[in-house]
Amino acid sequence: MTPQPAPQPARQPQATVGTPRSRVDGRLKVTGQARFAADHGPADGIDGIVHAVLVDATIGRGRITGIDTRAALAAPDVLTVIHHGNAPRLPYRDNSFPDSIHPPGERLRAFQDDHVRFFGQPVAVVVATTLEAARHAARLVEATYDAEPPQLDLVTAPAHEPDVYTRGDAAAALASAPVQLEMTYRMGRNHHNAMEPHAIVARWDGDRLTVWEKTQWVADPRNELAAVFGIAQAAVRCYSRFVGGAFGNSGRTWVHSVAAALAARELRRPVKLVLSRRQLYFGIGFRPAYEYGVRLGSERDGRLTAVVHDVRGETSRYERHSDDLALGRMLYDTPHFRQDVRLVPLDVNTPTWMRGPGWSTTATALETSLDELAHELGIDPIELRIRNEPADDPATGQPFSTRRLHECYTTGMREFGWHRRSSRPRAVREGDWLIGMGMAAGAYPAESAPAQAHARLGADGTVVVRSASSDMGPGTTTSMAQVAADALGLPMWSVQFQLGDSTMPPAPVHALAWTMASVGSAVQATCDRLRRKAVALAVGDDRSPLHGVPADEVVVRRGWLHARADPRRGETYQQLLARNGRTHLEAVGGYEPPEEIRYSMYAYSAIFAEVAVDARLGIVRVRRMLGVFDAGRIVNPKLADSQAHGGMIGGLGQALLEHTVTDPRDGRILNANLADYLVPTNADAADIRAIYIEGVDNEAAPIGVKGLGEVVQVGVAPAIANAVFNATGRRVRDLPITPEALLMPR
Amino acid sequence: MFPFTYTRATSVHEAIEAGERGGRYIAGGTTLVDLMRETVERPSALVDIVGLPLSDVSATPRGGLRIGALARMADVAADPVVRQTYPAVAQALELSASAQLRNMATIGGNVMQRPRCAYFRDVSAPCNRREPGSGCSALEGYNRTHAILGTSEHCVATHPSDLAVVLTAFEATVHLVGPEGRRATPIGHFLLPPGDTPDQEQDLRPGELIVALEIPPLPRPLRSGYLKVRDRESYEFALTSVAVALHIRGGVIHTAKVAAGGVGTIPWKLPAVEQHLVGRRPSPDLWGQAAERAADGARPLVHNGFKTELLRRTVERQLRIVGGRS
Repeated sequence: MTPQPAPQPARQPQATVGTPRSRVDGRLKVTGQARFAADHGPADGIDGIVHAVLVDATIGRGRITGIDTRAALAAPDVLTVIHHGNAPRLPYRDNSFPDSIHPPGERLRAFQDDHVRFFGQPVAVVVATTLEAARHAARLVEATYDAEPPQLDLVTAPAHEPDVYTRGDAAAALASAPVQLEMTYRMGRNHHNAMEPHAIVARWDGDRLTVWEKTQWVADPRNELAAVFGIAQAAVRCYSRFVGGAFGNSGRTWVHSVAAALAARELRRPVKLVLSRRQLYFGIGFRPAYEYGVRLGSERDGRLTAVVHDVRGETSRYERHSDDLALGRMLYDTPHFRQDVRLVPLDVNTPTWMRGPGWSTTATALETSLDELAHELGIDPIELRIRNEPADDPATGQPFSTRRLHECYTTGMREFGWHRRSSRPRAVREGDWLIGMGMAAGAYPAESAPAQAHARLGADGTVVVRSASSDMGPGTTTSMAQVAADALGLPMWSVQFQLGDSTMPPAPVHALAWTMASVGSAVQATCDRLRRKAVALAVGDDRSPLHGVPADEVVVRRGWLHARADPRRGETYQQLLARNGRTHLEAVGGYEPPEEIRYSMYAYSAIFAEVAVDARLGIVRVRRMLGVFDAGRIVNPKLADSQAHGGMIGGLGQALLEHTVTDPRDGRILNANLADYLVPTNADAADIRAIYIEGVDNEAAPIGVKGLGEVVQVGVAPAIANAVFNATGRRVRDLPITPEALLMPR
Repeated sequence: MFPFTYTRATSVHEAIEAGERGGRYIAGGTTLVDLMRETVERPSALVDIVGLPLSDVSATPRGGLRIGALARMADVAADPVVRQTYPAVAQALELSASAQLRNMATIGGNVMQRPRCAYFRDVSAPCNRREPGSGCSALEGYNRTHAILGTSEHCVATHPSDLAVVLTAFEATVHLVGPEGRRATPIGHFLLPPGDTPDQEQDLRPGELIVALEIPPLPRPLRSGYLKVRDRESYEFALTSVAVALHIRGGVIHTAKVAAGGVGTIPWKLPAVEQHLVGRRPSPDLWGQAAERAADGARPLVHNGFKTELLRRTVERQLRIVGGRS
């Protein structure tokens, strides 16, 4: 079924959307002029900043029996030490405000009681006039504890009641399936490791709080800090113009931000707090570890009859973070499906979203299990997937808005050279290396959320568009300027997109790959409105060359408003505004997702990987990867490549390297630094390529995109794991795949 | 801050005097500054020796190699004499750390690196290296990357240096100068396994300074090479590594020098492997038989049992790579 295209306003030529453009703020970033949260200070009118450093618990669970601050307070330049024994009780209002992105539960509070809930939990904050003094004094704070053994075992710890999804009768269908497979996959905990550490500068002016914060959503620090301190949301303003990578770790506001704001209030001075690299592993959430039981039933021809997923995922004891583990419901035409998801409360910090949240996790289990089935049946893995390709969404029965997964497969097979893959594992050898190819598919929801924007056209013909979005790295500032430029018929350089201020028109959290669908659609609607205002002014102005031309017949190119039929008949925005004595024209606009969702809307991925595995030493090296993506319209292919390559490198890390290691005795994270937590280096990411199966999806968003930033990591890890199997004949079901798992018998 | 003084030594004599008074030598600073930031190290006096004239790299008269203690890793790796006469040295250096670190770090400092252990670097964890008697957290903790050889109940951390593995294989000499004059000691005696004194990492007397490392002349033709096995392609310490040098004449191995890294509390010389090779003719079987002896005496921990087999295979591989072209 072909969806009907949404009605389009007077069509503007798309001169910049769809073309590769460099980041408008690239120069600022590479010359150090882009100022991130921790860079704020006197230049922003923030005078008299003092520095806060957190003191972290050194037990995994228990109670604080004493905090001796005497040595810290006696150290030079120290202003205060705040801990549960002297901190004011804060209102901590409910934070389940509309659009809250905080998980259900009781959030971790800053210094409100003597409980230690996980190793590394902040137990005090030291403030001094210099960073060095604060760091030193933090080490002088002597906390004593009554420690209990923490519960840290995902497999054996008691779980919450399962969240069950079921359709058909999976148990019966499984029992009667001619082919049955049962596997258990385990995925290690991952940390985001963004380059920029979490940082905040907090300043109170009377009862008003201003924060410069690393965040993917300026609304959340505003809402959360207002709730914590019991003040109006309007009394809090959050700025976050640049974000140095986040990958999900800066969606919600973490407890250190409260600590900084509390210290600033107590001291009546602006406070800066920057987490150390080590603290980022303890005090910020992570991609939770999972144990994923999979049972498959199929016909001999590979058609799936039953799929059962039994999942255990870690969360904290005080909040329930649950990833969206829905990929298994919709990717294949499975009549009988059951999924039981059990959250296991452990003595850890609350996990959070990390790129491709949930979907990349499920893809590892589902797409490896499909590869196992393909091998079992002797069917090509792509052919197996095509045989299970659904006509409509098997979970909802809805038609797909667009689903070009089949095209992703065929394009990927051709471009990757899939025909060179041996269907027999361990068949290709080059010297000491075994060579293998693998693939996996993925999907990620093409969602959108309400967003608003404001656009102002100045008398000089330049435009400023604003929305309270964020740019954690995808290049939102650039891509929004492209959208605005085309809608207004202006060159990109005369359009500036501003974001990262909670007083701007509201935007949803910069996550879920929905910013272009949401904010992009709002920017387009707003700029369309602004253009139409200008056109209306022109065609109604008897001094304008365009006087009397039907408004729908006017287009704007490079700032020249003209009749569609006669490009010479027109004028510039500057001329129009000057003649009418206007200093500016402005418009506000927005985007609201349709109330009724009639289509199943997803972005899709097909990932191909070729690995070399040292047959005797167990080393795995990814030789090349290809990602083929159906993400709807691509606004900027250069930024898209940056997203796709980054996501695929992240998937490589998931597959082979990344694993937060915790000491089971006390919950201490043992590789809390970038030398020991292994992220891929450039040498690990040799040959990576992305292809986009272009096609506008106007059901997913007026602007035609389905979202790219998440789906680029979905399917990468299983594609690599499947390639490792193809190379070696050894199926490793625990990620990351380490040399020890692959040491072959002689 | 934990206060410390910083002085720049203008002569070896001046450095030694300051060292004898308790000053800690600092050159590239790539280890010490890191550890000071973590408060693992809290020196009260730093003596910067980077200006001392100890960075020459030169061939010795009979075909050995002398590397000044203050030569930078990057410079030594790029040195044509090193690359031609002892390629294993250049290989080990180029597989170490990162380009940025190699540009700063010196050869003497490389050998002096502190153990690589998460618990050693985390001052909130017990560690006998940091605080003798406090206990070893790694023994019953997470010890995937730890040693299987040369361990004691007091410490199981590996020595992190790649270069020191090559120097150990080649039986290099450490040249020292101290208040009582010059002294030379084999690297195999200079680096100390933890035993009952895990805080004693080197045979160094108060004020002593490494001035050079010298590889003795080895019979030519000599083939040598260094192999490093690790999870990721760059910027990681070795899971296992092996340095091999072979002198093969008339189809027979006359001299064999083999040492392993990533497996020992110090770079681990493999005399049993060497002895099995000498006097025999190169063959795939010989490499396998010799490598079987590589992990003799290994005592694996809970998470590093794979290193025993991986070490044998790494040795076998590198023997083949170095000696296989007969």
